[in-house]
Amino acid sequence: MILEGKVPPGALDEKWTKYRSTMPLVAPNNKRRIEIIVVGTGLAGASAAATLGELGYKVKCFTFHDSPRRAHSIAAQGGINAAKNYQNDGDSVYRLFYDTIKGGDYRSREGNVHRLAEASREIIDQCVAQGVPFAREYGGLLANRSFGGVQVSRTFYARGQTGQQLLLGAYQALERQISLGSVTMYNRHEMLDLVTIDGKARGIIARNLLTGKLERHAAHSVVMATGGYGNVYYLSTNAMGCNVSAGWRAVKRGALMANPCYTQIHPTCIPVSGEYQSKLTLMSESLRNDGRVWVPKKKEDVERIREGKLSPVDIAEEDRDYYLERRYPAFGNLVPRDVASRAAKKATDDGFGVNKTGLAVYLDFEAAFERYGKSEAHSSGVHNPDAATVRKMGQKVVEAKYGNLFEMYEKITGENPYETPMKIYPAVHYTMGGIWVDYNLETNIPGLFALGELNFSDHGANRLGASALMQGLADGYFVIPYTIGSFLSKEIRTPAISTDDPAFAAAEEDTRNRIDQLLAVQGKQTVDQFHRRLGLIMWEYCGMSRNATGLQEGRKQIQELRAEFYQDVRVPGSTMEFNPELEKALRVADFMELGEMMMEDALNREESCGGHFREEYQSAEGEAKRNDEDFTYVSAWEWKDGDDSVLHKEPLVFENVELKTRSYK
Amino acid sequence: MKLNLKVWRQKNGQAKGGFETHQVVADEHMSFLEMLDVLNQDLIIGGKEPLAFEHDCREGICGACSMVINGRPHGPNKGTTACQLHMRSFKDGDTIHIEPFRAASFPVIRDLVVDRSAFDRIIESGGYVSVNTGQAQDANAIPVEKNQAGESFDAATCIGCGACVAACPNASAMLFVSAKVSHLALLPQGQVEHENRVQSMVTQMDKEGFGACSNTYACEAECPKEISIENIARLNRSYLGASLSSK
Ligand SMILES: Cc1cc2nc3c(=O)[nH]c(=O)nc-3n(C[C@H](O)[C@H](O)[C@H](O)COP(=O)(O)OP(=O)(O)OC[C@H]3O[C@@H](n4cnc5c(N)ncnc54)[C@H](O)[C@@H]3O)c2cc1C
Ligand code: SF4
Ligand code: FES
Repeated sequence: MILEGKVPPGALDEKWTKYRSTMPLVAPNNKRRIEIIVVGTGLAGASAAATLGELGYKVKCFTFHDSPRRAHSIAAQGGINAAKNYQNDGDSVYRLFYDTIKGGDYRSREGNVHRLAEASREIIDQCVAQGVPFAREYGGLLANRSFGGVQVSRTFYARGQTGQQLLLGAYQALERQISLGSVTMYNRHEMLDLVTIDGKARGIIARNLLTGKLERHAAHSVVMATGGYGNVYYLSTNAMGCNVSAGWRAVKRGALMANPCYTQIHPTCIPVSGEYQSKLTLMSESLRNDGRVWVPKKKEDVERIREGKLSPVDIAEEDRDYYLERRYPAFGNLVPRDVASRAAKKATDDGFGVNKTGLAVYLDFEAAFERYGKSEAHSSGVHNPDAATVRKMGQKVVEAKYGNLFEMYEKITGENPYETPMKIYPAVHYTMGGIWVDYNLETNIPGLFALGELNFSDHGANRLGASALMQGLADGYFVIPYTIGSFLSKEIRTPAISTDDPAFAAAEEDTRNRIDQLLAVQGKQTVDQFHRRLGLIMWEYCGMSRNATGLQEGRKQIQELRAEFYQDVRVPGSTMEFNPELEKALRVADFMELGEMMMEDALNREESCGGHFREEYQSAEGEAKRNDEDFTYVSAWEWKDGDDSVLHKEPLVFENVELKTRSYK
Repeated sequence: MKLNLKVWRQKNGQAKGGFETHQVVADEHMSFLEMLDVLNQDLIIGGKEPLAFEHDCREGICGACSMVINGRPHGPNKGTTACQLHMRSFKDGDTIHIEPFRAASFPVIRDLVVDRSAFDRIIESGGYVSVNTGQAQDANAIPVEKNQAGESFDAATCIGCGACVAACPNASAMLFVSAKVSHLALLPQGQVEHENRVQSMVTQMDKEGFGACSNTYACEAECPKEISIENIARLNRSYLGASLSSK
């Protein structure tokens, strides 16, 4: 199979403008007849459905949630990037493009990333017009903050709830289209299969989660925006319902999965506290602006801490190892996520973890209390303040910046981070890999499009902070409304697709069989038990660092687990009712197959890049070693039931940036 | 810790529900929902139907979790959703009552799961700014006073959970509606449609069967996002203004 990225020719900064202005259009009278299914109502799906509705298409929109507003995008904290250069600090579309390519360790498409950087500016305009209450300065203009891996201030934010505010903007735009009749909304409907007719995507099979009924929905084209698959690890910062099933069903119908092994492990999350743990909570990246990461230097201190006989605040400065500052003096605590996570792993692998399980390091704000306290005392005219006063004043400043995060930390752990350093550990956070799409965001199945975290398109092997929200909204508001025309302009004579087509009956039958098979097992283990075991295998063998032997072992273990699943899982209840356990079982079944493909992908990629670290490929100091000669390509995998997946390669061509080793030393 | 749970079980909207008693062994570091996970694992292994409850983000932002714990929507802690509540707020041997949000406009679907789609329909009736994609001017063209933007944000943090309705003796949705009205009214972008918005959202709220507000302040006390009752006053002023000026 030849994979065409379809990036238009021409100068980098003219590609999108030219392409957009010469693209075939669909006339308004035809739009009214053309139906589009949008699956997902996160930032990508809601913005796409609303905009396509505004353009006059007949849109049907699906979510498994009870309301579009509950999509996982709601939980994003830190912010959204845009090359507005409002701070006059030298930002530009090119710089955002360059930072994203470099941050992604040179494993993304230049053309796509540049378009993303261009769209970033329009996104902020659009969101403000919708009434998104971004943070502002005293003069009433928009405020910005900085994020890891960059040297300008281009992140727009709404306190620690940026995702919520952006999603509510998109949700409200969507509700407006619903009221105007251009979008029909199907809440509590889960897509369980993709229907293709003559090779084109023409509909879906959805289960009405309230009644259990399998429904057929037809359209001229299907747009999926169903989010990331981090929950294949069971524990992640993702919401409990995040899953891969819509995308995976498309893969089973022939779509390709690109770079599935590129997983982002976020360095600052609250550590696992026990076996009952159901999810992990992120502590925003912004904390690394002021927090210092350390572990004790002496093993005996570690022992005493674990036994509860020593408190970290009593460890002397010279007995602490601020390992990020030591190893990466240039960037210190603000190295990119992948680098910070691996360094934490090394510290705990070496036996310096500071909680009972040995899987935690400190994030310490004491220095910030002192620094801010001193300047605060100075500016409020307090002379020769004592240490306690300085500390108090400093804590006030930190509270104003991160109060909600400190509160969240205390709610979860029961410890007061103003008095004792936070304990943190890396956790699965985001999946750069996803469904393969070309420049039009179209998959290799004509008429099937993938947006948002579901696709693989823009972040290469590592995503920079505040760039996922940007990508989701770029895809939905500013890319798909145009690029879908490349397919639909050829479909204006196609009459409404009928759900009586045998392809619908066949897909419905397949789905029913899958459900019946799971219900019939009536074994002894719950779905969650299997999901947890899958997560442990993934984390152990395909987590923060990987090696060939482990990946082979991991793949074998998943195969065994999958066999056991179909023999011993217990799914209570029946199909024709509201049955959350059945929903989970179907998702976990798909996660197992995906997990296997991730192992295959990680095994094939014999280099270390971004979030993918192969132990065999590292420098003497333990830094990642990329292999541009052999691996400057996108791995696009075709699933084969019961056999090895087939690899298709899309070479990555760099015409504008020079490939360099990322260095943060 | 050992706990006695009295949980509400109801097969569907038509069925008659009732309390069921279960014992659970929990850990003080667990979240409340993780404690319910433990209960469900026990139930499934024991061949029984698990307790249905809604949840997703488990960090207090999606608004999915919705249950009344010992008589209070989202449980005993101020400004805390059920998913953020931890078992260290309870004692060994405690008996805990768990019920669904109760309101005629939130019919029960199963156990603790209720239908809150009325909230979507209220937003649909006018809880937005009518601007199509691509019609916007530069984001910095209209300055917005910092504190005013902050106040708008505070109102916009409503997570649409419905605890205000469950807390209200009249099952009124005024706090939810007023939060959206304030969010948009406090920004210049939202002002153009303000009067119409107030009219249509209040009309839709009535149509959905939510009760009238009689200023009991129960909503504000139970709202996990501490949305201020001030918003209701603001809505009332606008509603009166809008009614008087409507043709
Ligand atoms: C804790 C946290 C904080 C984050 N903070 C930031 C940040 O500060 N900045 C940033 O840029 N990024 C951040 N991210 C990443 C970002 O939030 C996500 O990548 C992004 O929101 C994904 O949006 P989406 O629209 O692709 O998918 P989602 O928001 O996950 O939406 C998926 C939608 O698909 C629906 N769906 C899924 N499967 C089906 C199915 N089979 N049938 C029907 N419907 C289905 C769901 O119901 C939902 O509506 C954060 C992520 C996490 C976990
Ligand atoms: S106002 Fe408060 S209680 Fe009511 S829906 Fe919003 S967040 Fe929930
Ligand atoms: S589960 Fe999301 S708010 Fe509680």
